[in-house]
Amino acid sequence: MRTAFWLAGATVLALANPALAGDTIKIGFVSTFSGPTAVIGNDMRNSFELALDHIGRKMGGKPVEVIYEDDGQKPDVGKQKTEKLIQSDKVDFIAGYIWSNVLLASLKPVVDSKTMMVIANAGPSQVAGELCSPYVFSTSWQNDQTPQAVGEYMNQKGVKSVFLIGPNYAAGKDMLAGVKSTFKGEVKGEEYTVWPSQLDFSAELSKARASGAASIFVFYPGAAGVQFLNQYAQAGLKAQMPLYTAFTIDELSLPLQKENALGVPGAQQWVNDLPNEQNKKFVADYRKKYTGLRPTFYGAQSYDAAQLIASAVEAVKGDTSKKDEMKAAMQKANFKSVRGAFKFGNNHIPIQNFYLQDVVKDADGSLALKTVATIVKDSQDKYHDKCPMK
Amino acid sequence: MLLVVEQFLNGLQFGLLLFLLAAGLTLVFGIMDFVNLAHGSLYMMGAYFAATFVAWTGNFVLGCVLALGATLLLGILLEFVALRHLYNRDHLDHVLATFGLILFFNDAVRLIWGPAGLALPLPPWLTVPFQIMPGVYYPAYRLAIIVVALLVALLLYLVVMRTRIGMLIRAGASNREMIGALGINIKLLYTLVFGLGAALAGLAGLMQAPILTVQIGMGENILILAFVIIVIGGIGSIRGAFLAAIFVGMIDTLGRAFLPDLLRQVLSSAAASTAAPALSSMLIYLLMAIVLVVRPEGLFPAGRP
Repeated sequence: MRTAFWLAGATVLALANPALAGDTIKIGFVSTFSGPTAVIGNDMRNSFELALDHIGRKMGGKPVEVIYEDDGQKPDVGKQKTEKLIQSDKVDFIAGYIWSNVLLASLKPVVDSKTMMVIANAGPSQVAGELCSPYVFSTSWQNDQTPQAVGEYMNQKGVKSVFLIGPNYAAGKDMLAGVKSTFKGEVKGEEYTVWPSQLDFSAELSKARASGAASIFVFYPGAAGVQFLNQYAQAGLKAQMPLYTAFTIDELSLPLQKENALGVPGAQQWVNDLPNEQNKKFVADYRKKYTGLRPTFYGAQSYDAAQLIASAVEAVKGDTSKKDEMKAAMQKANFKSVRGAFKFGNNHIPIQNFYLQDVVKDADGSLALKTVATIVKDSQDKYHDKCPMK
Repeated sequence: MLLVVEQFLNGLQFGLLLFLLAAGLTLVFGIMDFVNLAHGSLYMMGAYFAATFVAWTGNFVLGCVLALGATLLLGILLEFVALRHLYNRDHLDHVLATFGLILFFNDAVRLIWGPAGLALPLPPWLTVPFQIMPGVYYPAYRLAIIVVALLVALLLYLVVMRTRIGMLIRAGASNREMIGALGINIKLLYTLVFGLGAALAGLAGLMQAPILTVQIGMGENILILAFVIIVIGGIGSIRGAFLAAIFVGMIDTLGRAFLPDLLRQVLSSAAASTAAPALSSMLIYLLMAIVLVVRPEGLFPAGRP
């Protein structure tokens, strides 16, 4: 009887204090889980969860708890959620972030509190340059890198001139700057559209046609990419002005873009058919666990983010107070990335290859993304000199 | 010059589409004195119905006609089940209830069709660009929108100005109590007007769907523009909605098209390309503010010839 009483007391105490500091590894994950771009957030969450499955949901011998927060694609909401995760949940790591503007708004509380951060998508130039921070890592890219690779590819194809269209926010500006920095032909014009509310691009397409440029480059992530391709095809421009893209065609938008995306090239640091073992496992298990869905590059980066966090926690055997040791471990990028091996630059942005991806018809008639060629090897972002960390 | 013609058509097309949305809203607001925030949800439902019926029947036009009927029925059902009980409440209650309906429709769509959105592909005869004058090509589908919307506007004009129902609608917009006192079945009239408004919103949604994607929450941004239009045009006035919608469509499109180049004359190129999209999206609200100051009742208020 007495033992039972003590046992009950101990259980109550244990329930009341589930998170005595250091019992679990707490990770906050900020992404978009509502609105039209929620499909991206879901893909990131699916991939992050899959990575946790693959590592046994434990890091350094401790169970992992992930708190997902929805930023609603709004910078102010993202900042609030980030502050909540840091101040009231006291997370050990913070990860996620699709949108550059949301990330820039959320960065200060993270840097000020010295919380370890792994960015799984957004890559604003500021974070690679003057705002780089010792505890902030990225498993994606800097925004300019992908369009730089597209510009290189357009040079290889001998494209003479281009008209640039992109959304008017941090990433849109980086993307257009990226193409301009490598493309050797003439830029006949550039247009920014209101983001994310503008969905009709008729005025911009008319201007592109009138400019007489030989090609068009666009950056429209999420549903806007579907809308742009619809309108581009309806305007009859597909035969006149070939389209080059960054982050506009992926496994989420392709089922809606259908034939419109056929033969439209893009650049990416990860494609679903990259031939390394870790990637084969990731893609196969993803399709098994989430029937009917295919992983995207957003997911691949989130999968890598979980692996990177795990590598840091393993290095300190679960003692997350040793931040500098975790930082040193992360700088080695000592984990099996689904994009193949890569290194971190001084600013903690990956130095990595970029591939040419194209839309092709699968054997069963469905559309799929395929790697065609390697455009650039070991690309490093052009802002790393501005980062004071050496 | 050719570019100006093309941008002018872009503006006209956008304006006419906004008119379809605003016409339903202004009817419901003006005649029933009912603030319907869920009007955008009916626009979304029209698009979802069309995507479903077109995939089901394999015929674009037939699918769209079925979708139009389905949205009309949905509107009547909605009025009958929910909104009818709110007419005697004040505007704040309307806003709260119809905001709840937005959430309801968004989640219903998520349950039925899933979160990823749908595509509404066009038949081949609508995807070819159409040569309207030498050297000017315009997407056939956007021309089709202009034609359909103009026909609907004409039809609406004839119904409102030349039929008995139209007379009742106009009377309702001018003096609600009086037509009730004259023994008109106001309940039936309200159901009819709401159904008509829903069908117009559904038509706007299904026509916009092949240009945009069919997705959750697609009606929320565009609804704000529809409210701006009925404020500018005068609440309850179809004619006002028509003129204001074309005005707003033109300002939005031409602003986006030509403001960047104008600003580049005075600003650096980088500053101009950043400022122009922000500024051009402000122009519409600027116009609304001016109208509210100069003519608070709108440019063409109902109840005046």
